[in-house]
This record gives sequence, C-alpha cells and structure tokens, in this order.
Amino acid sequence: MISNAALTDLIIKMADDELIQGHRNSEWTGLGPVMEEDIAFSSMAQDKIGHAWALYRILHENLGGEDPDRFAFMRPEKDFRCSHLVEMPNGGYDFSLMRHFLFDHAETVRYESLQDSSFEPFQLLSKKIKGELKYHTLHANAFIMQLSKASEEGYARMQTALNDTIALAAGVFEPSAAHEEALMAEKVYPGEKELYHRWLDRIYPVLVKASLNLPDMNTITPVYGGRQGFHTTHLAPLLKEMGEVFNLDTEASW
Amino acid sequence: MYGGGYIFDEPNGKQLREEQLHDDPEKLVAFEERITRGEKIEPGDWMPAEYRRQLIRLIEQHAHSEIIGALPEGTWITRAPGFKRKLALIAKVQDEIGHGQLLYNAAETLGKSREAMINDLLSGKSKYSNVFNYPAKTWADVTVIGFLIDAAAIVNQVANAKGSYGPYCRALERICYEESFHLKQGHDAFIELATGTPEQKAMLQDALNRWWQPIMHFFGPPDKTSQHSEKLMQWKVKMASNDEMRNQFLDSYVPKIWELGMTLPDPALHKNPDTGRWEYTDPDWNEFFRVINGGGPCNAERLQVRKWAEEEGRWVRKALMNPTERRSLPVA
Repeated sequence: MISNAALTDLIIKMADDELIQGHRNSEWTGLGPVMEEDIAFSSMAQDKIGHAWALYRILHENLGGEDPDRFAFMRPEKDFRCSHLVEMPNGGYDFSLMRHFLFDHAETVRYESLQDSSFEPFQLLSKKIKGELKYHTLHANAFIMQLSKASEEGYARMQTALNDTIALAAGVFEPSAAHEEALMAEKVYPGEKELYHRWLDRIYPVLVKASLNLPDMNTITPVYGGRQGFHTTHLAPLLKEMGEVFNLDTEASW
Repeated sequence: MYGGGYIFDEPNGKQLREEQLHDDPEKLVAFEERITRGEKIEPGDWMPAEYRRQLIRLIEQHAHSEIIGALPEGTWITRAPGFKRKLALIAKVQDEIGHGQLLYNAAETLGKSREAMINDLLSGKSKYSNVFNYPAKTWADVTVIGFLIDAAAIVNQVANAKGSYGPYCRALERICYEESFHLKQGHDAFIELATGTPEQKAMLQDALNRWWQPIMHFFGPPDKTSQHSEKLMQWKVKMASNDEMRNQFLDSYVPKIWELGMTLPDPALHKNPDTGRWEYTDPDWNEFFRVINGGGPCNAERLQVRKWAEEEGRWVRKALMNPTERRSLPVA
C-alpha cells in the first residue's frame, strides 16, 4: 500500500517545479532574442504548465487534493515545494537557457523513471509527455552547443551561466527524508539520489561537446530548502502576481 | 490579430528614382490585366515599383502589429486567472508572434530584410497598428482585445487574403484560421465576465468604454478623408474601404455586445433600417493622428520593450548567424 502522504509530497514538489518553471518561461513571450525563441519558450511554458495542471489533477482525483485552480492560485508561499532553481528571475537569455537545459534534463530523467512506476497515473502521464520532453531537451542541447561554439562571448556567457546555475540545479534533487524511502520501497520512483546521478550522466556529454566545463560536483553545495517550504525572495512576488486576478474573487468563475 | 486596418504613410517619403517613377507601360498593362483576371502575383514576377513599395509597407506594418500587439496581452499571461485562461492566453500570444514571423517572411520576398524592418520599427520610421498604443489595465481589457480587436483584425485580414500578392494571401489564410480560434477564446472570456458577478460586469463595462474609441479608430479615417486608396484598390493591395470594413465589423459585433447586456459609449450608435448601414458619432480623429505621431499613452513604452529585446538578444542573433564558425580553444 503506497503511502498517500508520501505520494502527495512527491506530486506537489514535481508539480510546483513545473508550474513555476512554466511561469518563468512564459515571461519570455514577446521578448526573446529572436522570434523563433519567443515561440519556443512560449511553447515550453504551455507544456510545463500543462504538466503541473495534470499533476494537480492527479492529486485532486486520486488523493483527495483540492481543485487544481484553487490549489495553484491560492496557496500561500510556505506551502509551495518548488526548488530554488525555478524561482529565480529569468535574468538574461543566457541564464534562462542554461536553466532550461539543466531543468529539462532533470525533468526528463524523472519522468522516464516514472514510466514503470507502481503508481499507475504516473505511468500514463509520463508516457504522454515523453514526446514533449524530447523536444525540450533537443532544443536546449542545440542552443547550448551553438551558442557555446559560435563566439567567444557566447562561450563566456554559457560557462558563466553554468557556474551560476549548477548548485541551484543540483538542488532539484533535494532529498525528502520523510517520504522518499517509502516511495522507493513501493517502487513508485527510484529516489532523488539515483535521479541526480542519471541527470549528471545526461548533461555531461552535452557539456563536453559544447566545450563547457562542468564544475567539480564534489565541491558544489546544492541549494536546498525549497522542498521544505523555504524559498527565495523571488517566489512570493511571483505568486502574488499569478493570483492577482483569480484572488479578486475566488468564488467567481473567470 | 493584429493587422491594423489602416496603413500609415512613412514619415520620410524618400524621392523615388527615375525608373521607379516610370514603369514600363507595356509591362504595366500586362500586370494590371493579370490582376483583373484574378491571378496572384508571385515574388519573381514583374511588378510596378509603387506596388512593391506599398506592399512592403502594408505587410511590414502588419508584421510589426503582430509583435507589438503581443505586448499588452503578454503582460497578462503571468496574471491570467486559472489554468485554462493561462494556457489559452500563452498559446494565443505565441500565435501572434508566429504571425509576425510569417509576415516578415512574406515581406522579405519583396526585397526588404527582417532586420531592416525591425530597425525601421525601432527608429519610428515604420508604424504599427495604433490600437496597441493603449494600455491593457485590467483582465477585462484582455477579454475585450481578444474578442473585439481580434474580430476587427479578422474583418480586415479576410478581405486582404483575397488580394493580389501570393505570399501575403497565403500567410493570411493561415493567420485567419488561427485567428478564428483566438476570437473564440476572447469571446468565451468576454462572456464569462459579462455573465459574472456585478464586479466582473463593471470591470468589463469599464474596459469596453475605454477601448471603444481605439476600436472605432482601428479601420482608419473615414473614406471621405482617406488618401491614396484608388490605385491600391485597383491593384488589389487594399481590398475594402475603411468605412466598409468598419461597417462590417459593427454589423457583426455590436449586436453580440448588446445581447450580453453591455453598453457602448456612443448614444448615436445604431443601424439605419433604411440604408442597412451603421451610424455613429465620429471618433476623435485628431486624437488618432496624435497617437500615430507618438503621443499615445504607450508608444514610448512599446518601443522601449522592443528595443530591450533587440539589444539583449543581439549576442544570441550574432551567434546564430555563424553556424559553422568554431571558437578556437586556447592552446594552454
């Protein structure tokens, strides 16, 4: 019997990451360096937000969770479980692209592992979004490679962005001490540590091809806290903005 | 969206060269006969210099309107209430940027590069639809834009899709197809507010009141004062007159607005049963020209945002333009 509390914990952190990353991606709509990138980031924003919606629905339909809209648009900041990586403002395109690269590979290894999950809704969802994630990582890999190789400036920007984001990205795999063991024992998913290593195996070859240096991960302190409800100062304003209209009247239909 | 019904004259009218002023008369006759027969003109075909110039101007302004038009609605993506609205709005604004891309491509077939068009937008030489120089103050504004501005644009674009220049017509056909979905999402969100709580209705009424004049301006000044239309109509660059399109829009959408119990801020607005045409108070055309010439509430802001995007993205575009260039690694 899978523990509901453990599953809920896992779903919320996955969904919150998707929602906030999608929100950040959507902020590029209309502002990208080329129109084609505007379109790419908007498209990925829709996918990410769609994943979050699907996960909140799983929570709602299988585990007694709240209505997805109310859960996403009305929850106080301390109840969010997203990682600090996704909370960070977009900054420049270099930061956003590197975050997209690191996040999407992390997401991919996670959903791949869920294809054989003992929790059936995960199997269905991960199969459904596999095709989307393929394009997200394809896009990230292509741009990381192109920008790193085409010019000195591009290379410097990509390496700096990698240095700035790597500890945040490692924080995506923050262990959830209370529930992780149970979920691993029940074969719901392989656990954060295992996913972290699979993730490194994915990003390393791309970075090598791009001639980028992955910092020594033994010297990096992953940025934890998000999974326990401790957030950067960037999350509260983001949530306030996201709920601005919805919270004018939470009983009304919009 | 977002093609403006009205095509502005560029402020610095450069003198045309001699051969541009005098097209080969035989070729011109053959060209005009093709248009009369309903043939499409394609990029490699002979065309009068003025036809090319006017088309570039038309398509370029349409393209600019798409990418600038993404901005007022785009600012509401992060605030859209609920998953359904949020996803629909991102998808919609994304489509508009895609339309910009299609249209820049169509204009490029006439010999002006995307970069040159964007430069002219940023320098103020080339215009975009006036309607986007107004702010979207509340969520209700987004529904009014999505419903009525998109509807107005469709009237304009359906007409232009029957024009004479092949690449533009084909781009418009695809655009109109997507626009009809936008109109549906705008209408749906509009109805939600119109049939909602008293606060939601008040919010919508306020937005309608503020947007009515820009919407009436959308199709451009009345036919009696509009210049240089005749030749453009003959060449099927312009397919319907400003008043014609405005009337068509009013005929289709005013009843829909009234049906929902909303009002429009023009007591004179009514359909004349004898003529079958709509009558209305002329909107303030001085205001229209004031806004075109940079005096609107958002002109500076819109261009500033675009300039930011261009400047911030320059290093990316430069890197993308060197697909084969390899950065050489230092030896040590």
